[in-house]
Amino acid sequence: MRVRGLASPYLAWMSIFIILPLCAVVYYAFTDSVTGEFTLRNIVSIGNYWPILIKSIWLALVSSLICLILGYPVALAIARAKQSRQRFLILLVMLPMSMSFLLRTIAWVSLLEDTGIINNILGKFGISPLPLIRNNGAVVLGMVYNYLPYMILPVYTVLSHIDPSLIEAAKDLGCNRTQVFLKVILPLSVSGIISGVSMVFVPAVSTFYISKKLGGSGTTMIGDVIESQFKTAYNPNLGAAISLVLMVMVFICIGLMERFSGSEEREALM
Amino acid sequence: MSRALKIILIVVLFFLYLPIILLIAGSFNTGTDLAVFKEFTFSNYVALFRDRTLIPLLLNSLIVAVLSSVIATALGTAAALGIRSFGKRFRSAVMTVTNIPMTNPDIVTGVSLSLLFVLGGKLFDRSNVLGFTTLLLAHITFNLPYTILSVMPRVTNMDPSLREAAMDLGCTPVQAFFKVVIHEILPGIVSGLLIAFTMSLDDFVISYFVYGPSFATLPIEIYSYTKKPLPPKIYALFTLLFAMLLAVLIVMNIVSGRADKRPRCSNITQLVFRRKDVEKT
Repeated sequence: MRVRGLASPYLAWMSIFIILPLCAVVYYAFTDSVTGEFTLRNIVSIGNYWPILIKSIWLALVSSLICLILGYPVALAIARAKQSRQRFLILLVMLPMSMSFLLRTIAWVSLLEDTGIINNILGKFGISPLPLIRNNGAVVLGMVYNYLPYMILPVYTVLSHIDPSLIEAAKDLGCNRTQVFLKVILPLSVSGIISGVSMVFVPAVSTFYISKKLGGSGTTMIGDVIESQFKTAYNPNLGAAISLVLMVMVFICIGLMERFSGSEEREALM
Repeated sequence: MSRALKIILIVVLFFLYLPIILLIAGSFNTGTDLAVFKEFTFSNYVALFRDRTLIPLLLNSLIVAVLSSVIATALGTAAALGIRSFGKRFRSAVMTVTNIPMTNPDIVTGVSLSLLFVLGGKLFDRSNVLGFTTLLLAHITFNLPYTILSVMPRVTNMDPSLREAAMDLGCTPVQAFFKVVIHEILPGIVSGLLIAFTMSLDDFVISYFVYGPSFATLPIEIYSYTKKPLPPKIYALFTLLFAMLLAVLIVMNIVSGRADKRPRCSNITQLVFRRKDVEKT
């Protein structure tokens, strides 16, 4: 049987729906929206959105870091639970991910808004409403909430594959619990951390719904700019140029991280 | 598990489920505001069953999810089998391209596909190409990497002598494929199909850029309520979907728990090994 030929439908699909669309992005990014001629104007005018791009990267980095701080202990707790319970806990972490993220974000609005649940409770104690929504903090909270499972899962996968005899060996050699963690567990889980950080960072930096619902006028993200170029301002050429920059940036980040962690480990994870 | 870790686990799980609890509470609320619980009612569920807009949209979502996950699984399984026989360099090039939709932000994937469809539409002189077909094509495209990556490890770990043995015993290549190979890689195929189905059902970002007014899905409808308050029957629909998913997961957990305990006779490798044991004794 010609096994090789089995891949040809996919190769055709891949060329048309993965490679060609990227060519389309490049084509639009370098052409004028009216005349269709070659131009660098779209790329140059990205300069206007530079502060927004920097801010998006900053907020996504902060949320990745918070996800790591919250997600690592959770992954560790699950990896240390009884074997039979681990599966259940992982399902529990994954379940919210498969429910509409739009509705779950809307639920956060009702928690955080000025007349929302948290401020209502605070009001009962005589505390005046806190500005919990329409700011950077709310956007970061939304990102952490939505993407935290993406951090927990890869870190858990790596932690659950650590050979327990390594930990015992470290203990036998006189390490205390902190030393075991810092010298054995943490270094062995670096690939999971890197994979988790990139899995949180990429969707966070490009989000447009979270910032629209939980953010205010000052928290426009680069995703909002792209979305508006396609849906309201209708300048697909500028939108394509910003998408191109975002894509190149993400690929550079992922490439750097992979080099940092060693690509073999990443492949083993997948 | 130390106490501190346990507390963090519980707090984080509470954090993850808090909005879901609110949405479920909202489905039994007479008011439309999630923040204020007025009175308990089932009227939202009654309104949901009488509804003529949400249910068709849910069906649309299901149609796209079923079709795209089945097609992507078929294409992806064939691809995973074929890619193994490529030379090393070509294989790694193909895998790099396959990874693009996974590493790329969803918004870039959505934008790039919509630009492709618009260009394609210009080529064939059609102004409104966006609709069911483009939505389906996009969903198949973003599902494919997941199905390939979930079948691939099974193909790699498969013992090639099993297929050869089947053919020595008189199977045609096609029979050997359906009787032996499929059995070996089935768990990968099933998990790929499930991942693809759930991803497709819940996708908003990519769909948003490639859908046309003639064919929308449920997430797109929910997004369109950005400015106005949501009708509470959506919360009822959410609660029902959540309950169904929970039931499926619990059943799957019980079934797979049982399957782990009893020996699996369908697995050919295990059969081969067991016969060896018998011969030894």
